[in-house]
Amino acid sequence: MSTLSLNVTLERPDFTLRVDQPLELAGITAVFGPSGSGKTTLLRVIAGLEREARGTVAFDGETWASASAHVPAHLRRIGYVFQDGRLFTHLSVEQNLRFALQRSATSGPRTSISFEAAVEALDLRALLPRRTPSLSGGEQQRVAIARALLTSPRLMLMDEPLSSLDVARKQEILPHIEKLPGTFGIPVLYVTHNVDEVARLAADVVLLAGGRIVAHDNVAAIFERSDLGAFTGGLEAGVVLRAQVAAFHNGTATLRVGKQELRVPMAAANVGSTRPIRIHARDVAIATVRPEKLSIRNVLTSRILKIETGANLNVELLLDVDGEHLRARITGDALEELELSVGREVFALIKSVALESSLGA
Amino acid sequence: MPELELGPVWLSLQLATVTVLVLLVVATPLAWWLAFTRSRARTIIEAVVAMPLVLPPTVLGFYMLILLGPAGWIGGAWLSLTDTTLTFSFTGLVVASAIYSFPFTVQPLQAAFEGVGRSPLEAAATLGASPLDRFWHVASPLALRGYVSAVVLTFAHTLGEFGVVLMVGGNIPGSTKVISIAIYEHVETLDYAQAHVLAAGLLLFSFIVLFSVYTLNRRMPLVRV
Repeated sequence: MSTLSLNVTLERPDFTLRVDQPLELAGITAVFGPSGSGKTTLLRVIAGLEREARGTVAFDGETWASASAHVPAHLRRIGYVFQDGRLFTHLSVEQNLRFALQRSATSGPRTSISFEAAVEALDLRALLPRRTPSLSGGEQQRVAIARALLTSPRLMLMDEPLSSLDVARKQEILPHIEKLPGTFGIPVLYVTHNVDEVARLAADVVLLAGGRIVAHDNVAAIFERSDLGAFTGGLEAGVVLRAQVAAFHNGTATLRVGKQELRVPMAAANVGSTRPIRIHARDVAIATVRPEKLSIRNVLTSRILKIETGANLNVELLLDVDGEHLRARITGDALEELELSVGREVFALIKSVALESSLGA
Repeated sequence: MPELELGPVWLSLQLATVTVLVLLVVATPLAWWLAFTRSRARTIIEAVVAMPLVLPPTVLGFYMLILLGPAGWIGGAWLSLTDTTLTFSFTGLVVASAIYSFPFTVQPLQAAFEGVGRSPLEAAATLGASPLDRFWHVASPLALRGYVSAVVLTFAHTLGEFGVVLMVGGNIPGSTKVISIAIYEHVETLDYAQAHVLAAGLLLFSFIVLFSVYTLNRRMPLVRV
């Protein structure tokens, strides 16, 4: 666990970034918010690329910026993956990687990441002699990630590294990003406006709107909070669950949610692995008796935790499924007719489970 | 076939080479500043740098003669420091040429640095490269074609200068008598044969240099003038 203390202000003619909050970082933390909310600017302030930023930035007790000091970017030992890769066009892939390696600080408590380890982790062996302009977008980002790793950073900052890539290319890179914290023990701040990437990668979410942090919590908690809908826009009401793959047979995976099971079609799955799944509130229907002879295969026994009035006469229910949470959106009429109330046991009918569809699962 | 006078040719090549070297050192930091500054002074400096492009060489030469002369504040300081005069000397010619050819070094370099942009430099900074490291190992290689342009244009422009040299340097064999002055002198004394040799030589040389650059440019797209 690392602590990033921020108390910074950056004034721009059209926008002000004002962040005053310590961030506990472990694993991948998504920095999520609509475009123009200051996600990239925040990352650049942390990296030391915005000299006009005022205030203090400290990481694990080391001051990077204060009223009296400014540690320049090249001394902060952060790994930065830019949206556009920014590989050096005058150097080959291998030379790009060695550029970072030669400048990585060899001192410090953290063991340095070896050339071999980075090449292995991003599967770059075959690309080493290539010239960088001849690489595909996905290949460029893989090289950029490896290059950032080779500085043996204390913190990885990734600015929408997948946004310029198509689904197939994203699919090629996601597994590599997913395993970064585990393999190298480096906390990652991952900027994105793609909700599927948040669901797939992140453990925690920093929600940014209008240059301010409006929420910082674990992914499930953020998705559950209906009050954040206004800030997130694209973050559709629903929940993210981490479900364990209990079995996989003939293209159908059995996922364990609490003590119950969901059966979900999947291209492939490793039994025993944990998959993030997203269930939209609009895809969950409610029954007060266990339904029979129904096309919907997934029915979870649950208890109503909260009833909130949503937009357009809709009502959102927060449900408890053996300790996991689920959201359901129903009409106000249905609420009355079924005589639903907090604490009542109901059956949640799940019409579909999203497996980060835009990321190809 | 008249014999080639090597004195002025050699002197011209020396002058052009020294001018190029001096300007690379002086113009690079300025070009860098102009490319990356957000200061409002930038426009004024750019205008001043471009002045030699529009001023008649005689105007420039006239002011330099005053400034570099024993009574001028640069020439006077030089005189008290070294006991020699700047005007009508090779050193004075270098100073005058450097000022006259200034925009031919600054402008291609500035354009090249602007072309490189902040992006790769920021990337290099996050990879642990210090500012000087970023200049040598990222900006300079990426700006290589700008350097080739600057060197070729400055060299050729210095070889071809006449008015400023005449005003500041005069016509002293071995010291300030460069090719263009020698040609002028031969024409004045109606020695067309000698003028032909030097003029044709300069013509051929200029063509070969430019042809080489454009050929190189075609083979290596990195080097473009």
